[in-house]
Amino acid sequence: MALLEIRDLDVHYGAIHALQGIALTVAAGQIVTLIGANGAGKSTTLRTISGLRRPTAGTLVFDGQSLVGKPPHEIVRLGIAHAPEGRGIFANFTVAENLEIGAYARHDKAGIAADRERVLTLFPRLRERLQQSAATLSGGEQQMLAIARAVLARPRLLLLDEPSLGLAPQVVQTIFQIIREINAAGTTILLVEQNAHMALQTAHYGYVLEVGRIVMHAPANELERSDEVRRAYLGVA
Amino acid sequence: MGSVFPGLRCAPPGAAIWRPLRGLGRGLGALAVCPSYVPVTKLVQTLLDGLAVGGLYALIALGYTMVYGILKFINFAHSDIFVLGAWISWVFAVRVLGVPDSAGATAPGWTGPLVFLVAMTACGTAGFLIERFAYKPLRNAPRLNVLITAIGVSLLLQNTGQLRVFFGPYPKSMPLLVPDVTLGYLAGVRVPLVDVIVLGTVVVLMLGLEGLIFRTKLGRGMRAVSFNTSLAALMGVNVSAVISFTFVLGSALAAAAGFLFVMKYPAGLKQPADTSWMMLGLKAFVAAVVGGIGNVRGAMLGGMLIGLLEFFGVAYFEPLYRDVYVFSLLILVLLFRPTGLLGRATVEKV
Repeated sequence: MALLEIRDLDVHYGAIHALQGIALTVAAGQIVTLIGANGAGKSTTLRTISGLRRPTAGTLVFDGQSLVGKPPHEIVRLGIAHAPEGRGIFANFTVAENLEIGAYARHDKAGIAADRERVLTLFPRLRERLQQSAATLSGGEQQMLAIARAVLARPRLLLLDEPSLGLAPQVVQTIFQIIREINAAGTTILLVEQNAHMALQTAHYGYVLEVGRIVMHAPANELERSDEVRRAYLGVA
Repeated sequence: MGSVFPGLRCAPPGAAIWRPLRGLGRGLGALAVCPSYVPVTKLVQTLLDGLAVGGLYALIALGYTMVYGILKFINFAHSDIFVLGAWISWVFAVRVLGVPDSAGATAPGWTGPLVFLVAMTACGTAGFLIERFAYKPLRNAPRLNVLITAIGVSLLLQNTGQLRVFFGPYPKSMPLLVPDVTLGYLAGVRVPLVDVIVLGTVVVLMLGLEGLIFRTKLGRGMRAVSFNTSLAALMGVNVSAVISFTFVLGSALAAAAGFLFVMKYPAGLKQPADTSWMMLGLKAFVAAVVGGIGNVRGAMLGGMLIGLLEFFGVAYFEPLYRDVYVFSLLILVLLFRPTGLLGRATVEKV
């Protein structure tokens, strides 16, 4: 069953045609990845889903409801959480406050407390730093915080934008392990990555985006074996 | 001389009954004929006045700083909301409640709080409408457009306020809604009820605002929007609602300052476009910048600092340089600590 269904999506930045007729389906319960080079339109796709960008044409349907024209704060309440690129944590908040604002749209106190406990178990490093200013965290810890905060929104669909960006290989392994755990607990994930290798190993299904168009899509393990993807994104000659 | 404060009060020891001086000329005149000061008396008197007026600056500065923190623009119409608050207090007290504004007349005790609440509500509504119709359509426009619009709103408020159907082109005298009672003497300084009310209200409002911003969910939303608007939206914060609320809150605080100002200085109710208002608004803006624009605690600190500096300068150096002290501090802060006393340099992240 498709949780998110995107059809013929067009997005413009002024005269620039950033997304050109994107079609993409995210099945419930899966990890779907969107890979591609810098500037291909991966982040724009996520920003359009979460309402930060208005599409010029096309449809976005989440669980039977159209997302077009809805402001971001309503889209969050429908069950979509977006951990933006560059971590995007609130540097003026403590770690604890960052987690709390992740649950801003929720009112179930007991549920929030349970989820908070759950993410702190997933990310023990954050528990040690709860009262610290988020600005003092390392890059990897900031990424953990961004993911933990998005999980606290209790989304049905989690949008992750470049979670491996600028992190040491060891930390990347940890982050992807946790992404699998979050998915195993029932959250559908749309993962945008430049690290195609990690992304395809983690995801069930993959899309390849090139300058605003989807050029390939297939189950992740098939994409990983395809010659084109290996040449262009996996650095295999 | 653009100032509307009636100068330093002279309180010689043993002066049992001393009526507050209202009117600049009389105030400065009294200063000249004052008997010899007892140093402590002068110090306490200056401190009291400086804190009260500093508190009013701080209340206005909060509106400047909150709007800047969230929208990154200076709302030049903000000081006119302060004027509006003062004038609505007069209109509601005199025209609606029928309190006589002749000298010596008194009003029932409940009128003060009622007028205070009405002024805050009316100005909160005005702030909401101004944001909705003047600034919101420019949300994605360049900052300069919004800035010019703010100046336009300011001129509009000043000049329509001068119309006879609104407040008219003449100064008025504010009736004494707070009875002119002496609470006691502090080191020989008369402590009138009005001063305690002004300072008490300022402190209560500041503590309330502090609690709202740092201890409630709405406050967390405000701080989130101030840090990064689109990131806050992704957390589920209704950015438009937070911006509206910020304007309502800032305007209500400015109205409180307007009301308290005319309580303390009933002769200060000049016509809406009088330049004395502009000087007060400008000093409140200086307070926001000195404290660190965008920083709520900075605005409180800056306001108090400016008020104290102004009154100490007047009392101990040269009264004519009242404005010079304030703007010299601004120059010093901009030279040596351009982010303000509590402001932090923003790091542009790559």
